[in-house]
Amino acid sequence: MPGKLKVKIVAGRHLPVMDRASDLTDAFVEVKFGNTTFKTDVYLKSLNPQWNSEWFKFEVDDEDLQDEPLQITVLDHDTYSANDAIGKVYIDIDPLLYSEAATVISGWFPIYDTIHGIRGEINVVVKVDLFNDLNRFRQSSCGVKFFCTTSIPKCYRAVIIHGFVEELVVNEDPEYQWIDRIRTPRASNEARQRLISLMSGELQRKIGLKVLEMRGNAVVGYLQCFDLEGESGLVVRAIGTACTLDKLSSPAAFLPACNSPSKEMKESPLVHPPSHGCRSTHNSPIHTATGSRLTQNFSVSVPTLIYTGMGSGSAGKEGGPFKALLRQQTQSALEQREFPFFTLTAFPPGFLVHVGGVVSARSVKLLDRIHNPAFVGIMGNTRSYKLLDWNSFNSDEPETRDAWWAEIRQEIKSHAKALGCHAVVGYSESTSICEEVCILSASGTAAVLNPRFLQDGTVEGCLEQRLEENLPTRCGFCHIPYDELNMPFPAHLTYCYNCRKQKVPDVLFTTIDLPTDATVIGKGCLIQARLCRLKKKAQAEANATAISNLLPFMEYEVHTQLMNKLKLKGMNALFGLRIQITVGENMLMGLASATGVYLAALPTPGGIQIAGKTPNDGSYEQHISHMQKKINDTIAKNKELYEINPPEISEEIIGSPIPEPRQRSRLLRSQSESSDEVTELDLSHGKKDAFVLEIDDTDAMEDVHSLLTDVPPPSGFYSCNTEIMPGINNWTSEIQMFTSVRVIRLSSLNLTNQALNKNFNDLCENLLKSLYFKLRSMIPCCLCHVNFTVSLPEDELIQVTVTAVAITFDKNQALQTTKTHVEKSLQRASTDNEELLQFPLELCSDSLPSHPLPPAKEHLESASSNSGIPAAQRDRCSSWIELIKLKAQTIRRGSIKTTVTVEKASPVGDGNFRNRPAPPCANSTVGVVKMTPLSFIPGAKITKYLGIINMFFIRETTSLREEGGVSGFLHAFIAEVFAMVRAHVAALGGNAVVSYIMKQCVFMENPNKNQAQCLINVSGDAVVFVRESDLEVVSTQQPTANCQSSGTEGEVTT
Amino acid sequence: MTSELDIFVGNTTLIDEDVYRLWLDGYSVTDAVALRVRSGILEQTGATAAVLQSDTMDHYRTFHMLERLLHAPPKLLHQLIFQIPPSRQALLIERYYAFDEAFVREVLGKKLSKGTKKDLDDISTKTGITLKSCRRQFDNFKRVFKVVEEMRGSLVDNIQQHFLLSDRLARDYAAIVFFANNRFETGKKKLQYLSFGDFAFCAELMIQNWTLGAVDSQMDDMDMDLDKEFLQDLKELKVLVADKDLLDLHKSLVCTALRGKLGVFSEMEANFKNLSRGLVNVAAKLTHNKDVRDLFVDLVEKFVEPCRSDHWPLSDVRFFLSQYAASVHSLDGFRHQTLWDRYMGTLRGCLLRLYHD
Repeated sequence: MPGKLKVKIVAGRHLPVMDRASDLTDAFVEVKFGNTTFKTDVYLKSLNPQWNSEWFKFEVDDEDLQDEPLQITVLDHDTYSANDAIGKVYIDIDPLLYSEAATVISGWFPIYDTIHGIRGEINVVVKVDLFNDLNRFRQSSCGVKFFCTTSIPKCYRAVIIHGFVEELVVNEDPEYQWIDRIRTPRASNEARQRLISLMSGELQRKIGLKVLEMRGNAVVGYLQCFDLEGESGLVVRAIGTACTLDKLSSPAAFLPACNSPSKEMKESPLVHPPSHGCRSTHNSPIHTATGSRLTQNFSVSVPTLIYTGMGSGSAGKEGGPFKALLRQQTQSALEQREFPFFTLTAFPPGFLVHVGGVVSARSVKLLDRIHNPAFVGIMGNTRSYKLLDWNSFNSDEPETRDAWWAEIRQEIKSHAKALGCHAVVGYSESTSICEEVCILSASGTAAVLNPRFLQDGTVEGCLEQRLEENLPTRCGFCHIPYDELNMPFPAHLTYCYNCRKQKVPDVLFTTIDLPTDATVIGKGCLIQARLCRLKKKAQAEANATAISNLLPFMEYEVHTQLMNKLKLKGMNALFGLRIQITVGENMLMGLASATGVYLAALPTPGGIQIAGKTPNDGSYEQHISHMQKKINDTIAKNKELYEINPPEISEEIIGSPIPEPRQRSRLLRSQSESSDEVTELDLSHGKKDAFVLEIDDTDAMEDVHSLLTDVPPPSGFYSCNTEIMPGINNWTSEIQMFTSVRVIRLSSLNLTNQALNKNFNDLCENLLKSLYFKLRSMIPCCLCHVNFTVSLPEDELIQVTVTAVAITFDKNQALQTTKTHVEKSLQRASTDNEELLQFPLELCSDSLPSHPLPPAKEHLESASSNSGIPAAQRDRCSSWIELIKLKAQTIRRGSIKTTVTVEKASPVGDGNFRNRPAPPCANSTVGVVKMTPLSFIPGAKITKYLGIINMFFIRETTSLREEGGVSGFLHAFIAEVFAMVRAHVAALGGNAVVSYIMKQCVFMENPNKNQAQCLINVSGDAVVFVRESDLEVVSTQQPTANCQSSGTEGEVTT
Repeated sequence: MTSELDIFVGNTTLIDEDVYRLWLDGYSVTDAVALRVRSGILEQTGATAAVLQSDTMDHYRTFHMLERLLHAPPKLLHQLIFQIPPSRQALLIERYYAFDEAFVREVLGKKLSKGTKKDLDDISTKTGITLKSCRRQFDNFKRVFKVVEEMRGSLVDNIQQHFLLSDRLARDYAAIVFFANNRFETGKKKLQYLSFGDFAFCAELMIQNWTLGAVDSQMDDMDMDLDKEFLQDLKELKVLVADKDLLDLHKSLVCTALRGKLGVFSEMEANFKNLSRGLVNVAAKLTHNKDVRDLFVDLVEKFVEPCRSDHWPLSDVRFFLSQYAASVHSLDGFRHQTLWDRYMGTLRGCLLRLYHD
């Protein structure tokens, strides 16, 4: 199915001076796609050439359109010698291939050179004509939409969530080819950039095909990574969640998908990835593969920990019959799938039923060299001819890598099973490579899902019923999915503090975002566990064995540290947990980040008890008690800081089934625990549920000390690594995304573990302190989605890269909302049953296909804006809205009718919004493009997704000192990467990038040679957003029209 | 443990105004950190010196990268590398092109050449402004001069268009460029009491009235150069003092008009011929470049100083100059009324501005 790609080169500006004699440049442009090249005329003697070329037309098939980037090269014409390249622009034309995304790419692109950086800009217009009917998406992978966002994108509705898709492609790294010895660094870098661009295109197309086979139309939570394996090659791999998405016809509607049952649900055919040879899983304990495989494919699987609560055991009662039923059903939906994994971290309401805990698996592999470089393989039905340029790749390599990952995924799946779960959500994969050793890691959250999103809608009727039974319990996801009598690990269970009906663990660890309907007390905070372990330098197998021997200890210690820090904060659950293990020549680093919260449904955490091994020594005793006091003080202080004051719930209100005596006493005790007095807290630490830290040697002492050295952020600052900060929901519109990189050189080689730990800890803490200082003008603000990456580029170097976004919020309102939260939870505890009955019934009679709360809020917003209250004030009212929205149903129903009619009277089309994104700063010629790692933009509505941004850049210098040293070099490069991302988004007609992530930042330096090189890979979703305040300006008379779910659904209501 | 690399890059470029000022003032990172510590920022924010050091380094690096763009401000607006809100862009430009009064007084009217640049060391020592800052200011003057030197049209407009400065700052630069082009002497000891503002005021008047652009702005004129024809013509004014009758008549007209109205009437009467000779001779001498350069020295010597030694109040000077200029219209034998007005109108404004302690 061919298409026509049309490119027009308009003009250039700020070009560098290429001719020293005239101080000018004779520039022309080469436009290349596939094997076709066009040239513009030479525009003589100008730094701002106006080419205004004709339309260059490329007739290509759509596979090429998907795989190949458009390559634009700006050159300086030289009559006597070879033309000098000024720089290049690679344009991914994928966004032009979806029907709803961008229709034209037009704008100023920075001209980039891998040696000189950005050298001027070029104005380009790109269009694609596809020669086929509208239905083409059924046959081609062209129409599959990709989203980096790990939740259902804002202006879409999930019809079916099909499940896991994965793919990887392997090639030889041009940097390691023999030819690299004779070509220039520039040629080598460009070869690499181009190859990776090709490979990502191919990968995306292959994933697209899998999605189409599953009858999906989109990939959500798409994560693509590169493994630079050095001599053994280059792996590009991607995972994602296949979905069938429906575009909501009105922009920015956020109707929860669960409430509009899809009519077109089909049995989703399941796609099994191509089968691979060996797929043995090595579960615990340490298993070292031996025998002939060792030489080629060394593999060590590491026993993995299942992160859930870890208390002293106490068995409870049986799970409800409902649980069993639901499980059965989900099972049937998921069992057919090879990997019931979901890369999503946030879900439509009702999707997530129970959460079991974090499951993770790691395995250590030896990268094998390519033995027969002359071999040219044809990779199945793929278009490998393109890769023949690089030929000499090992034909069975993709299979090997596939098998490795399959092995790990199997392990994850079995861990999830052990937790009584059939699915894994918030799933991610990563690698760490050092020389020839590679650690593969996968982690996710074991969960029980609601089957209705996953399969056929035949059982809808009875499901609906059960949903009502289940949905409204906001604590549902905390309830244990596993069988209490047959628990996979010792856990401390109690009755849920919210519903008092089901069992919950004492601590919950997850890799997902906090569900929106979860009841949280107080605010959350970023919790990090940091750990270093020295290891001997070794080769090959010995090295891999050493690493795999260390891993379990690291996992254990990271877990202990997390648990201690969580208790120290007085919290009981971790969300967004991400554990990164990095391997270096002579050490291993572990960094775990998560957001701690206090879930109202879970019991109050016990304190931390310190116990000494030698109780005879008096001064030692004293020291211990001193430490204990310090710890208790810290806990009390943290509770105050994060506003954790759980309501006291009296038994009468709850009316829970009378617990057995043992349970009862526990409940009573926890009551006293939750009281505010510090002294009482101290006493209530019964030996059983308090976390006991034994101090038997200096190591442990260090640990306790390090616990206490974590400094809380300065007042006015909060931080978390999830999408949103639990307990804050009144964001104002100012956002600042940033990347910060630090590299430290360790002072000496004979370091101890303690010294190393301290160095690493200081590095992270200082980095955070610097961030707080730099962003102090934004106070009160919150650092969201704080993402730390550790790498060990050389023996004594530690590199930490942080990307996050600072968002301001309204402090006054924050206080109110917290109060409301507490009130609400109280209210909920008492009137839960009533509510549960009321809402679904009313919804049914209304046939209002909507979740009860959002429309209520919207109406009130509309009401207040109608009455002329400015937006800012309206925001402030929202806590008040929270309070009364529960009672506003009658008014609401009326208001929806009116809004619908208004909407009909003057529909606000999509087009209107496309013209609006112009930023308020009118006198600037460069439009502002926001970037954020979050999936949303505070105070704004995303009206359109324009396509995925996935860019890979290499920058190299041979004049490091002249460019301001390593800091100057990297600073400039990162600024340039941001600029190129922004330029591409702007050219697509967008004004923001959401779910932005810097997936890789590999930095290498050689100061002696005055050289440095850096590779950066970033991705995100280009979007168009409209400020909520602008929306009201545009359509004063129908402020809710845009927020209203969708025209059709609105009409159903009337 | 040493920090090898330490950077922070925001999607919106962070600009710290205080650090920008320190950078513009030419302080090294170490000095800037010390100054920031002294400002009490550590106590306010609870940060450590290391944090401050890292922050300062970061800002300095950013400013260093921005400096190239600041040399051609329109580039700053169109570039894509740094996302900076327009208000911040304006601030960056305005502050970068701002200059110190002490510095500008040292170089005002000097040739903006390498030679002068070599003297910056001495200026730095004399004024206490860091050499770095002196260099920036000097280079700014030179850059603006080079760009607008050959341009037609209004000097202020040209500067504003190419450097995106505020109206006030663009006017100041116009004065600096005008002075540099005509090489007016401003450094003499006699002139030390005058501020840059005084000179800028005079420059503006002169640009408005004495340059080619003043006659016809449509012509391919330039605001930078004085109208040579006009300067030639000024010789004709000599008759006012050379012709004894005319001088006496002029004196009697002025005296009649001012009698009783001037506190220093007797001093004026005694000095009239000297003053008038002074003012007219200044005009007549302007054909020579050398004398053009000494214009301000002459004005101060020939008019400001004599009046000041007789303690003329400013109001009397104003009365006198108005009458002195107006009375010429009643001199029947004098034919160069327009010329006189063009000369005296500007001179009167300048003298009134220059007349202070």
